[in-house]
Amino acid sequence: MANSEHTRRTFFGLTGGAAAMVIVRPANATPAMLQAAIRNVVGEANVRTGKVKLDIPPLVENGNTVPMTVSVTSPMTADEYVKSIHVFNEKNPQPNIGNFYLGPRAGRAQVSTRIRLADSQKVTAIARLSDDTFWSATADVVVTLAACTEEAI
Amino acid sequence: MPSALINVPKKAKRGDVIEIKTLMSHIMETGYRHTASGSVVPRDIITSFTCRFNGTELFRADLFPAIAANPFFTFFTTVTESGKFEFEWIGDKGFSETAQASITVE
Repeated sequence: MANSEHTRRTFFGLTGGAAAMVIVRPANATPAMLQAAIRNVVGEANVRTGKVKLDIPPLVENGNTVPMTVSVTSPMTADEYVKSIHVFNEKNPQPNIGNFYLGPRAGRAQVSTRIRLADSQKVTAIARLSDDTFWSATADVVVTLAACTEEAI
Repeated sequence: MPSALINVPKKAKRGDVIEIKTLMSHIMETGYRHTASGSVVPRDIITSFTCRFNGTELFRADLFPAIAANPFFTFFTTVTESGKFEFEWIGDKGFSETAQASITVE
C-alpha cells in the first residue's frame, strides 16, 4: 500500500514537472517559417512531387535519433545530376534539418543521416536537379518520445 | 576528445560507385534545452561537413540543430583514380576536425 502511494505521488510529481517543461519549451516552427525556409532554397521556382524518395520510419520511439535516407531518381551523369537535397520539418523549433550538396561525381543521388524530431510531424525533402527544377517528397512521422524537451543535467 | 569514424573501401574498380560512411562524435547541443534552474544551454553544433577527393569537393552538408548527436552521414561517389579522401567538420565554439582515408583504384 505504502508502495503504491509512493508511486502515485511520484507520478503526480512527474506530470507536474512535465507541465512546467511545456511552458519553457520554445515555440515550434510555424507554417510561415517553413514556407520561408523552403522559399529561401527554391526561390520562385515550382516544386513538383516525385523523383524523390524519403525513407523514414512512420513510427519512431525516440525522436532524438531518427534514421533518414533521401534518394533521388537521376542518372547522375555530367549532363543530368542532382545538385542538392534539402530537408525540412514542420514542428521542430527550426524548420531546417539539413542541406546536402552533391554533384555529377556522386554516382548515386542518395544521402543518409540521423535526425531529431521534436514532435509527430511531416518531414519534407526537396531535390534540386542540374536543370534547376525542384522535386519533393513528404513523409508523416509519429514520434513517441520527443527530442529537445528533456532537461539538461 | 572528438573522434571520427570513417568507412571507405580500401580498393575499388575504376568506375565503381562506392559508399562512404562518416561519423563524428559531437554532442550537437541544440540551444533549445534548459537546465533544471531554467537557464538555456547554449547552442554547440557542427554546422558544416565537407568531403573532398584529391582536393575536389565531392559532398558537402549544412547541419542544423535537427541533426542528431554524433552526426552520421552516408553518401556515394564514383571512383576514377586512386587518391585520398579528406573530411572536414566545422562547428560552433571553434570546432574544427579533419580525417583522411585512402583508396586504391585498379
